[in-house]
Amino acid sequence: MSILVDENTKVIVQGITGKEGSFHTRQMKEYGTQVVAGVTPGKGGTVFEGIPVFNAVAEAVHETGGDTSVIFVPPMFASDALMEAADAGVKLVVCISEGIPTLDMIRQARVYTEKKGVRFIGPNCPGIISPGKCKIGIMPGFIHEKGRVGVLSRSGTLTYEAVDQLTREKLGQSTCIGLGGDPIIGTRFVDGLKLFKEDSQTEGVVLIGEIGGTDEEEAARYIKQEFNKPVVAFIAGRTAPPGKRMGHAGAIIAGGKGTAGEKIEALREAGVTVVDSPTGFGAAMKKRLRS
Amino acid sequence: MKIHEGQAKALLKDYGIPVPGGRMAETPEEAQKAAAELGTRVAVKAQIHAGGRGKGGGIKLADSPDDAREKAESILGMTLVTHQTGPQGRMVRMVLVEEALDVEKELYLGMVIDRKQSCVTVIASEAGGMDIEEVAANTPEKLIREPVMPEIGLQPFQARKIAFGLNLPEPLIRPGTDLLIKMYRLFIEKDASLVEINPLVISRNGRLLAADAKVNFDDNALGRHEDIRELRDIHEEEPAEVEASKHKLSYVKLDGNVGCMVNGAGLAMATMDIIQLYGSMPANFLDVGGAASAERVEQAFRILLSDPNVKSVLINIFGGIVRCDRVAEGVVEAAKRLEIKVPIVIRLAGTNSEIAGEILNQSGLSFAVADTLADAAEKAVKAAGV
Repeated sequence: MSILVDENTKVIVQGITGKEGSFHTRQMKEYGTQVVAGVTPGKGGTVFEGIPVFNAVAEAVHETGGDTSVIFVPPMFASDALMEAADAGVKLVVCISEGIPTLDMIRQARVYTEKKGVRFIGPNCPGIISPGKCKIGIMPGFIHEKGRVGVLSRSGTLTYEAVDQLTREKLGQSTCIGLGGDPIIGTRFVDGLKLFKEDSQTEGVVLIGEIGGTDEEEAARYIKQEFNKPVVAFIAGRTAPPGKRMGHAGAIIAGGKGTAGEKIEALREAGVTVVDSPTGFGAAMKKRLRS
Repeated sequence: MKIHEGQAKALLKDYGIPVPGGRMAETPEEAQKAAAELGTRVAVKAQIHAGGRGKGGGIKLADSPDDAREKAESILGMTLVTHQTGPQGRMVRMVLVEEALDVEKELYLGMVIDRKQSCVTVIASEAGGMDIEEVAANTPEKLIREPVMPEIGLQPFQARKIAFGLNLPEPLIRPGTDLLIKMYRLFIEKDASLVEINPLVISRNGRLLAADAKVNFDDNALGRHEDIRELRDIHEEEPAEVEASKHKLSYVKLDGNVGCMVNGAGLAMATMDIIQLYGSMPANFLDVGGAASAERVEQAFRILLSDPNVKSVLINIFGGIVRCDRVAEGVVEAAKRLEIKVPIVIRLAGTNSEIAGEILNQSGLSFAVADTLADAAEKAVKAAGV
């Protein structure tokens, strides 16, 4: 079944004529994703690689029936793009852009999408993929394999590491969601787990967290109370010093909170297999699914 | 981005929040002049981007302008060590000369990004002047938390709730609520990530004043705040980190011996962790980003190797969109040009990793090529010899 996106998903690319947007549109198309429209204000009426370009998302939705949007616009305009997509009536927005001001997310994107009842993923994330069906974002498609395990991650390349192992172990993936490395994001671990719980294709979930915030602790609480499928987790940043931003704006230990130790403890207590090394995802999940 | 106390207070003052009279000084003479102008007993306060300055001897009281000059002389140029600077300390280049206060009571006031609720939350406490983390851990009942609805901002009733919660004396309720509203406005308008007044002082003559202030800004929003960008003091930053940011590399210096170069922040942290797992410590965090081109790899090498503690280098790239063969070419080129002496262990996985392996093997350079991350970490730790 997979979650959120599948072979019927119709994708609109916001920022399709930009450097990133154009490159990844080609990659997505090549993977088999239905990219039905692009949006670049001022370039409406043109065509990019056979894909019609519109001035506004609403127009693109109206003309092509696009139901999901992916955002590649520069960070200072990304929150506006997110709201425009929500207003246009898509059901899912995937925001790849990195470097969006935190207060834009808090005061605009989150408030607006909540009011409109639209789910968004990211920002600062690789996107979402249901292998063999639909890839929306910047992840390398070829390492994925359709299969049994759902992946939720705050990281990009570390996700690829986990996916690669799941593919090698012949477990494959149902859907992988890059949640994003920012402090304020649209879809969090608990949201993803709720969807995976109802998905028959997903037999287990790999959860990749990192220092900062308390999303992993909340996931642990949810897993303990309501989630009945095996979960394997890794938390990056055990060696990170407090108070320093480790690349991701969200990866910062603040005021003694958000350490890897606390998260690992909470997850283990909830029955999650927490691997010590990022090389252990595949083997640990295989073991959990066998027993 | 962080700024100095004196700069933060100037900003508070711009927003109409009462602060003690004060001037910044870079020499003892300027400090003397500042004290003379203020015409009161003064505090001479070291300006570094770290807390705990008082305990480290970075804050001194002076009774006269001459005394202020002497105190400034003893503080300026000193290497101040506090619990936040690390053992190497921080050199003091500036002092704030400020009207000394007769303190009746010290309170705490802070505004932070609340990730869980996705809003700004006000934190206040009657236990001022100490580490708020300590208050939160030991006496959480003394903490007032007031989340602010992003759509409408901090409302007067909320500010009153906080002011009464702090047990402000009746005549200070109005100035207190006023201060809170202004502080929130500053937070929003300047894209702050933290605004902290600790302590907020009630003086003996019944005034409410920000006796210390800390304002941090969202790096992602600096593009739209030229005035804030100008407040940056690069002396307070690790030189290698400043250099890295120029090349859009994300680098954090650490204390270990194994240098790391990785693509992606999460994988970079995980690589640090696995180095520890194999018995050594990482010398740094370094994310070369999504486009690990030859030029970036070379810059990354330069920054990495500027740290004399680095005894071996572990390169870990998971090629997705980034092609491993390109990265390998970059590594070979950089290694030749920079005549790198320390052992290099490379693990390249993903797109074109086989071609990359051949490039490395045929380069004539002595790289250790590893198949898995575990193998790479083990080799790099062994090569570092600790």
